Amino acid sequence: MIELQDVTLTFPDGQNRITAVDHVTLRGDNGTVTGITGPSGSGKSSILAVAATLIRPDSGGVLIGNDTDTVDAAQLSRTAATTLRRERIGIVFQQSNLLPALTVREQLQVMARLGGAAVRNRRVKIDARVGELLDAVGLTEHADKHPHQLSGGQRQRVAIARGLVHDPEVLLVDEPTSALDQERGAEIMQLIARLTHERGTATLLVTHDLIHRDALDALVAVVDGRITTSVAALPATTRRVRQRGREMVCCCG
Amino acid sequence: MARAECARGKVLIVFVAWRELRFARGRFLLIGAVVALITLLVGFLSGLTGGLAAQNISSVLHLPGDRLVLQQPQSSAPSYATSSLDPDTVRAWEHADGVTSVTRVGIVQSRASADGTDDPTGVALFGLPPDASGTGSGPLVDLTPAHDNEVGLSAGAAEDLGVEVGDTISITGTDFTVASIGGDLWYSHTPVAVMSLDAWSAAGKRVGGTGEATVLAVTGDADWAAIGSETGTVAQTRLSSLTALEAFRSEIGSLGLMIAMLFGISGLVIGAFFTVWTMQRAGDIAVLKALGATTGSLIRDSLGQALIVLAAGISVGLAAVLGLGMLAGRALPFIVSPLTTLAPAAVMAVLGLAGAAFALRSVTKADPLTALGSNR
Repeated sequence: MIELQDVTLTFPDGQNRITAVDHVTLRGDNGTVTGITGPSGSGKSSILAVAATLIRPDSGGVLIGNDTDTVDAAQLSRTAATTLRRERIGIVFQQSNLLPALTVREQLQVMARLGGAAVRNRRVKIDARVGELLDAVGLTEHADKHPHQLSGGQRQRVAIARGLVHDPEVLLVDEPTSALDQERGAEIMQLIARLTHERGTATLLVTHDLIHRDALDALVAVVDGRITTSVAALPATTRRVRQRGREMVCCCG
Repeated sequence: MARAECARGKVLIVFVAWRELRFARGRFLLIGAVVALITLLVGFLSGLTGGLAAQNISSVLHLPGDRLVLQQPQSSAPSYATSSLDPDTVRAWEHADGVTSVTRVGIVQSRASADGTDDPTGVALFGLPPDASGTGSGPLVDLTPAHDNEVGLSAGAAEDLGVEVGDTISITGTDFTVASIGGDLWYSHTPVAVMSLDAWSAAGKRVGGTGEATVLAVTGDADWAAIGSETGTVAQTRLSSLTALEAFRSEIGSLGLMIAMLFGISGLVIGAFFTVWTMQRAGDIAVLKALGATTGSLIRDSLGQALIVLAAGISVGLAAVLGLGMLAGRALPFIVSPLTTLAPAAVMAVLGLAGAAFALRSVTKADPLTALGSNR
C-alpha cells in the first residue's frame, strides 16, 4: 500500500515559490494499478517523485507498507530514503534507463549490488528471482543481450522486470508507453497490470495517454498540482476489454 | 561474521565497473596504454637517473667517516672540485673537541694509461692514507694500497685501461703497480683509482694542484657548525655533500624535473579521462541512485574501475621497464632497483587514483531526480 496524505510540494521561482503538488491525497492499494493523468506540467511526475522519495515534500506524508509495518517516507533521512527505494520501492522510468554495459540478466542482477547492509542476503534472494522475472516479461531468450540489441518495447519490459525483481511493495511507473507505438504500449500496460495483480504490488502509474485506461484499476486526474477527479473503478465494459488484453499478452508471452 | 559479510559485499562493488570495462574495452585499452607508456617513460627515466647518479657519486658515498669536511669559499657554495684544506685546518679539526678521528682524503681528476700504450683514460684519483681502513671498510677504502708505488683500481678503470692485478699503469708520468681491482666506483662519470696520500699529493702537484687534502672524513660527536665556522670549512653528511658535486647537481636537477613533470602529466591525463568518463555516465549514476544505490558503493565502483585500469597499465609499463632496463643496462648507466621501478609505479598509482578522485564530484553530485522524466 502507498498513501499520499495531503502532500504539498513547492519549488523556488525567483523571489516566490511555485506550487507543483497542492494538498494531494492519494492511495494505491496492493494488487491495483492507480493511474495519474493530466496535461504536461500539471504535477503528475512531481507526485511520482515525492512517492519515490526522490524529493521531500514541503508538507504531508507518504505512507508505504502494510497494516503492521508502515513508514512515512516523507520523514526519512536521505540515507534511509535510499534504503527504502532499494528494498521496498520499484521504479520504472519514462525512458527505460538501462545501463548500456549490462546484459538483460545483469540489469536485474544489479539490483542486488547497490550497496548497503546485508548485501549477500539480498543478492541470493534477487539472483534467484531473475530467471522467473525474465520469464514473466517474456525475455528469457534475450537474457544475454545488451540494451542496444533490443527493441523499445523489449527495453521497457526489462525495466519493468528490474523494478519488480527485489519484490517491492510499491511500483512507481512514469509514462511507460511514451516512446512506444500504440500496440507495444498496450502490451506494456497489460504486462504491468498483470504483474501488479499477480504480485500484489501497489502500483502508481503516470500517463497522459488515456487510450490505455482499461489497464488501470483507478484513475486520478491532476491539474495545476491538484487532483480534480478520481475514478475508483472502471466500467464493466472496460474491464472486459482489459481482460481480453491480458489474455492476449499471456498467449503472446 | 558480520565483517566477513561486509567484505563479501565489497567484492561486489565493481559489478558495474567491471562490465563497463568489458563493454567499452577499446576506450579502456587506450587509457591503459597511455598509463603503460607513461609508466615506461617514468621508469626508464628513473633508472637512467639512478644510473647517472651512481656514476657521479658512488665513490663519495663510500668515503669513511660520519661527516665530510670541505672548504667553505667566502662567496660561493662548497665544491669538491675547488676544495683545498691546508695543514693548519687539518690540525684544527684533529684537535677539535668531540672529533675522534680525521682522515685526509684527496680527490682530483686526471688521466692514466696502461704500460706500453699511448691511449690515456680519464680517472678520478683518490688519495687515502694506508691506515684509512681503520676508519671503516667499504669498496673504496679496501682499494687503498699499502705502498706509494701501488694503486687500486675500480672495476671500470681496470676495464677501460685493460689491465689486471700486477700490471703497471702510468699516472701523470709516474708508474704504479696495480695492487687490487674491485668495486663499481665512480666520481663525476670517471672511474676511480686509489693511491696512497703521499703518492696522490705528488700527482696532484704535477697536475697543477697544491697537493693538499681536499676533503676530511671526520668521525665523532662534535659541534660541526662551530668548528666549521672557526676553520672556514663546512662539515656535511655524505648525502648533503653531494650538492658540492657540480655535475651531479645539474644532472639530478634536470632529470628530477622531467620525472616530476611526467608524474604531473600522468595525474592530469588519468584524471581528465576519468572526469570525462564519469561525466558521460552521470545519467547512469543518477539511475543507480534512484534505484537505491548508496553513494559509497558508487564511489567504490568508480575508484575500483580506475584502480583496475591503473594496475593493468602500470604492470605492463613496469614489465617493459624491466625488459628494456636489462637490455639498456649494458649500454647505458641504468639501474634496475625497487627505487627506480616499484617506487615510481606506486607514485603513478597514487597520482592516478588522485586524478580519478577528482571525477568523484560527478558521482556525489548526481541527482537521482534527473532519472525521472524524458531528458535522458
